[in-house]
Amino acid sequence: MKNSNSRRDFIKTGALVTGGVLASPFVLPGAYAAPVNELKLAVIGCGGRGTGAVFQAMETGHPIKLVAMADAFRDRLDNSHKLILEKYGADKVAVPEEMKLVGFEGYKEAIAAADVVILATPPGFRPMHFEEAVKQGKQIFMEKPVATDAAGIRRILKAAEEAKAKKLNVVVGLQRHYQNNYRDTIAKIHDGAIGEITGGQVYWNDGGVWVRERQPGQTEMEYQMRNWYYFNWLCGDHITEQHVHNIDVANWVKKGYPVKAEGTGGRLVRTGKENGEIFDHHVVSFTYEDGSVIHSECRHFPGAANRVDETFQGTNGRAYLSAGNHGILTDWKGKELYNHSRDNQPNPYQQEHDELWATLFKGEYKFADAENAAKSTMTSIMGRYATYSGKPLTWDEALNGSVDLFPEKLAWDAMPKILPGPDGYYPHAIPGKTKVI
Amino acid sequence: MSTFQRTFIFLGFLGFAGYLVSFISNRDSLFEAYTQKIPGTQVTFEMTPIPEGEFLMGNDNSNNQDEKPAHKVKLDSFWMGTHEVTWEAFELFLDKNYELAISEEPIGEIVDGLSRPSLPYLDMTFGMGKEGKPAVGMTQYGAIQYCHWLYLKTGIFYRLPTEAEWEYAAKAGSNSRFFFGDDPSKLIDYAWIKENSKESTQKIGTKKPNPWGLYDIYGNVLEWTYDLYDPEFYKKSNSLNPQNPPVRLYSRVVRGGSFATAADELSATKRFQTSPDWKRIDPQIPKSQWWFPEAPFLGIRIVRPLNPPSPELIKNYYTASPITDY
Repeated sequence: MKNSNSRRDFIKTGALVTGGVLASPFVLPGAYAAPVNELKLAVIGCGGRGTGAVFQAMETGHPIKLVAMADAFRDRLDNSHKLILEKYGADKVAVPEEMKLVGFEGYKEAIAAADVVILATPPGFRPMHFEEAVKQGKQIFMEKPVATDAAGIRRILKAAEEAKAKKLNVVVGLQRHYQNNYRDTIAKIHDGAIGEITGGQVYWNDGGVWVRERQPGQTEMEYQMRNWYYFNWLCGDHITEQHVHNIDVANWVKKGYPVKAEGTGGRLVRTGKENGEIFDHHVVSFTYEDGSVIHSECRHFPGAANRVDETFQGTNGRAYLSAGNHGILTDWKGKELYNHSRDNQPNPYQQEHDELWATLFKGEYKFADAENAAKSTMTSIMGRYATYSGKPLTWDEALNGSVDLFPEKLAWDAMPKILPGPDGYYPHAIPGKTKVI
Repeated sequence: MSTFQRTFIFLGFLGFAGYLVSFISNRDSLFEAYTQKIPGTQVTFEMTPIPEGEFLMGNDNSNNQDEKPAHKVKLDSFWMGTHEVTWEAFELFLDKNYELAISEEPIGEIVDGLSRPSLPYLDMTFGMGKEGKPAVGMTQYGAIQYCHWLYLKTGIFYRLPTEAEWEYAAKAGSNSRFFFGDDPSKLIDYAWIKENSKESTQKIGTKKPNPWGLYDIYGNVLEWTYDLYDPEFYKKSNSLNPQNPPVRLYSRVVRGGSFATAADELSATKRFQTSPDWKRIDPQIPKSQWWFPEAPFLGIRIVRPLNPPSPELIKNYYTASPITDY
């Protein structure tokens, strides 16, 4: 809706809807058992991914109304709101000024206003937001990864139990779980198509991601939150933020989580002040309960070769999987046993929402993705603990780790725990020296 | 021989030599094949002269209505990339830190301040590899900004071909379906297409060139043009240096087919167009102005007009704002 008339209509509608929201009770689990006419949506974290997730919700075609938006930054929220309103119009987007919630605390009120919430901030905030959404009894779509340290994972696991008890649907954006080549090929692997899985290799090697330059007048807190990829309390390092996808596939194929990790990593080519504290490469061996080992490799080296995919070896053959819709099984002589079609495959980011919202509008309970997402995220964090410390560690040691990366206080003038030195460079892990748990 | 005579002959010789030098250097700088070195690096690419001329654009006998009517088009001279742009060159533009690390000299403030692509979250080589292979998956904005970067590095106005320039160069004076004749089964000698590519880009320049010396003009990757796609454009276009400015995001013209194109879908006149579907799986809104995460078959071949436009027009070409995609 681009003309001024629509804008006026939108403001009127928005005011009415707000009254309605405040008057209506939350959707309680007990009451949530019949087909639904309209669902109210709130988005927490209005960056590109949060906005994209709102688009995907709207594209399902169900009667969904966006009623609240929360973000730490006004500019991010406004850009997001503008695009969603332009695309879907005032009938679907009724976010009055008072429901544009800016800052650290707005998520509570945004969650309260909705039946369904999208949690899409940087992952460091996810445990806090997920806990609140579960506490308030909301249906949830949340992005991966779901935490950045063991302390956060423990919070997610606890809230995931509560979500199950309350029968709250939780879908997590590990979208390979909603992609046909992964679903179909891994089902065949689980049926024994290539025997027992004895090992595998998972990769996310490419040139790296964006950097946001420090701007004049920014506090340290604001700078880190704008340039969040490079700070572990927000991002978890790329082994968690990005490579969790491939590690999660390994866990899925293995139907379990590793009992031990050992690895190595460092900062070799991405070493600037603007690159915070994260490593640019990690190589980890994950050992599973049956003794099989998955090799995990992630690297942000521009100019070097790229590789993002997963391979596995079984007693009777091999598997190749990738986000480019590959799903190939061969026997040990190279004979093809299965080759998933790559043509006309659904968009997995859309599929997540198609399945979630169809379930929600039927009033059903079907999705409990949080526990696996927490454990796969934990696997990646355990890998980071291994590369940062240079020492092997067990699952239990990692999960019970006492190091909490989150700031003591969230405020623009508060200090994160990681701070630059006098030369502007951030301290980073030194294997052999750094304590991680 | 008198001193006067010797002086006269000497001066005459100087004059003649001077004429020769200027003749040779004019010809040299004007219109021959050359190798462009990307300053401060070992990366080079080759440019082939495409002489001015007139040709018949489109095909009245095609089954595709958008190729009609065939019409006369007259074009000024330009150079065209002998090959498609490779990852070796494109990746220098893609990542400033990588360019700094590779460069043997400072890259300069202007190049330093250039807006660069957001680094893609996905693997934009799609598992096909980089070495000697065409760069893929960039938007037209990204392709033009690559030209902008080259301009800042070299001072030479590189740009995308117009659709007419592309077809003229691809036909290379022929009037058949392909520059080598009409038989699509012969394409495999000249091109990486669906039938021989194994679903992947291939190293540039490993098949036979066209008569004007352009390699991989068919297949390997679809090549960006500057033009907006309009199926009716041939009915109304100018005959002299036609172009249809890209005032909308979709669709724009890409040409030449790719490793994913079957021989029977391909010809010198076939007009391909971009699709918003190529950004379908971009999970962000707004969608990337730099990347098509589902276009592993789309690349760049650049041109350089013999007579560059004014500095102001050059600036306008490079600084046009991208259209938000959502």
